[in-house]
Amino acid sequence: MPVKKEPSLTFHLPNFESKLRIPYVKEGVSAGFPSPATDFLGNEIDLNKELCKNPLATFYIKVNGNSMINAGISDKDILIVDRSLEPQNNKIAVCFIDGEFTVKRIQLEDDYLYLMPENPSYPAIKVTEENELVIWGMVTYVIKSL
Amino acid sequence: MYALVDCNNFYASCERVFQPNLNGKPVVILSNNDGCIISRSNEAKALGIPMGAPEFKVRQELKQHNVQVFSSNYALYGDLSNRVMKILEGFTPNLEVYSIDEAFLNFDGMPVSDFHDYGLQMKRRVQKWVGIPVCVGFAATKALSKVANKIAKKYQDRTYGVYVIDTEEKRIKALKWTKIEDVWGIGHRLKKKMIAHNIHTAFDFTKPQHEFFIRKEMGVLGMRLKYELEGKSVLDLEPIKEQKKSIATTRSFPKQITDLDALRERVATFAAVCAEKLRKQKSCCHTIIVMLVVDRHKYENQKYYYNRAITLPYATNSTLTIANAATAILKELHAGNEGLHFKKAGVIVTQFIDEDKKQFQLFEEENPKHLALMKAMDSLNTKIGNRKVKLASQDLKVTWNMKQNHLSPNYTTNFKELLEIKCQ
Repeated sequence: MPVKKEPSLTFHLPNFESKLRIPYVKEGVSAGFPSPATDFLGNEIDLNKELCKNPLATFYIKVNGNSMINAGISDKDILIVDRSLEPQNNKIAVCFIDGEFTVKRIQLEDDYLYLMPENPSYPAIKVTEENELVIWGMVTYVIKSL
Repeated sequence: MYALVDCNNFYASCERVFQPNLNGKPVVILSNNDGCIISRSNEAKALGIPMGAPEFKVRQELKQHNVQVFSSNYALYGDLSNRVMKILEGFTPNLEVYSIDEAFLNFDGMPVSDFHDYGLQMKRRVQKWVGIPVCVGFAATKALSKVANKIAKKYQDRTYGVYVIDTEEKRIKALKWTKIEDVWGIGHRLKKKMIAHNIHTAFDFTKPQHEFFIRKEMGVLGMRLKYELEGKSVLDLEPIKEQKKSIATTRSFPKQITDLDALRERVATFAAVCAEKLRKQKSCCHTIIVMLVVDRHKYENQKYYYNRAITLPYATNSTLTIANAATAILKELHAGNEGLHFKKAGVIVTQFIDEDKKQFQLFEEENPKHLALMKAMDSLNTKIGNRKVKLASQDLKVTWNMKQNHLSPNYTTNFKELLEIKCQ
């Protein structure tokens, strides 16, 4: 009787290299009617992605004070600031003026630039040649704890 | 074409991003434990404050000139460095992060028509997005791009911080301008030898009559450097750093330690940090080394460096195992040396294997529960931050016990330390 030379079993090592992720469906497998939602499983909402368009240029900054309260920025709020955005008229910016940080609305008028508060008890700042102004970044969102 | 992008006075520049009032003012950064000066703004350089000077020696001078002093804040510098590197990656995918503040870039096969303009765009984008000033040097080789970078930095008013060596004329002019000690890879020891041999500039280095001497002194490295300076590229970008072959965690103490218990706490903490780094790169170590250093000036004619290693029968990255081994070594080192004033200690782990290639042992094996425990500890520590979950043998309040009297907030890495601005 000839000896069978071929091995009867072949071993395959599992390959764990690929990183295919299969969404976990909580309902499990059941014999009943499948959940009509399974076809619509999407990604979760990632606030980092939604609120930070450019994470490399995004910084979080905490506000002390109420001079922008009517723009929805109050004491202890957290600002999301994007440095990569260009300053624009009527947008809110983190400014560094004459050695101090502040948050104000940029307003261009004829020949002058104004830093406008959003609170009647604070004065507008007229920027002249004597002032040293750096627009540090543009405010894109405000986070507040309620 | 290669480029070297180098951040200007990086640590000082990082501090200025969040304190723009320090622009134009002298700033220095101190090393760990507030020991020596490790970074200076241009204004501090102009005051003649030497690099590496111990803080206590120049304290009077710093005060007199109103120099702003910072402890090193590596959490902040590391985050801003990452941002800079990722921005640069947007200009070419071929990037080698050479150090925390330098990167080599390669543009082969990329349709760049005007490198000077491209460099300016890179510089502007990094400045605008992160607030860090950089200089860019372009050339045909890595060594020449270093030279170009130096020129860009030295003559910023004329180069706008970007210099391109793209003709033979420019190359020779640049090499003649570069002092031999400023050439990449020529340290203090080689500088002396070079000057004794009448090699004063990078241009002298490339002269044919010195080839024999350079080959003799520097071997193949010297020849590579010569080719590179001649414009023949022999050094490629280093591939992404492979896993480290050993991990060392060593620190000087703010105050010298004699007590075994105090030493044990430090060594356990250093061991815990080593284990955490091992797990991060998914390695296990076989060998653990502990070292102790005494104050050399205090004990003349005596051994000042003590170390001992232990090799485990199995590979591990468990904090418990590594800390136990390290404290056992410490006890041996300390026995017979009671009363010595130690100024520094360290734990080094080496002989790595990949975590998933760990071999099973027949006779001795680590408690398999460690793995799950370490996972839980790491995820808690990531969540809470500041390595709050520790061994009982560690000091629960501090990890580094460093002197950091001038530390700036972790503006970008800790939600509790964000930049606060007045809204008035």
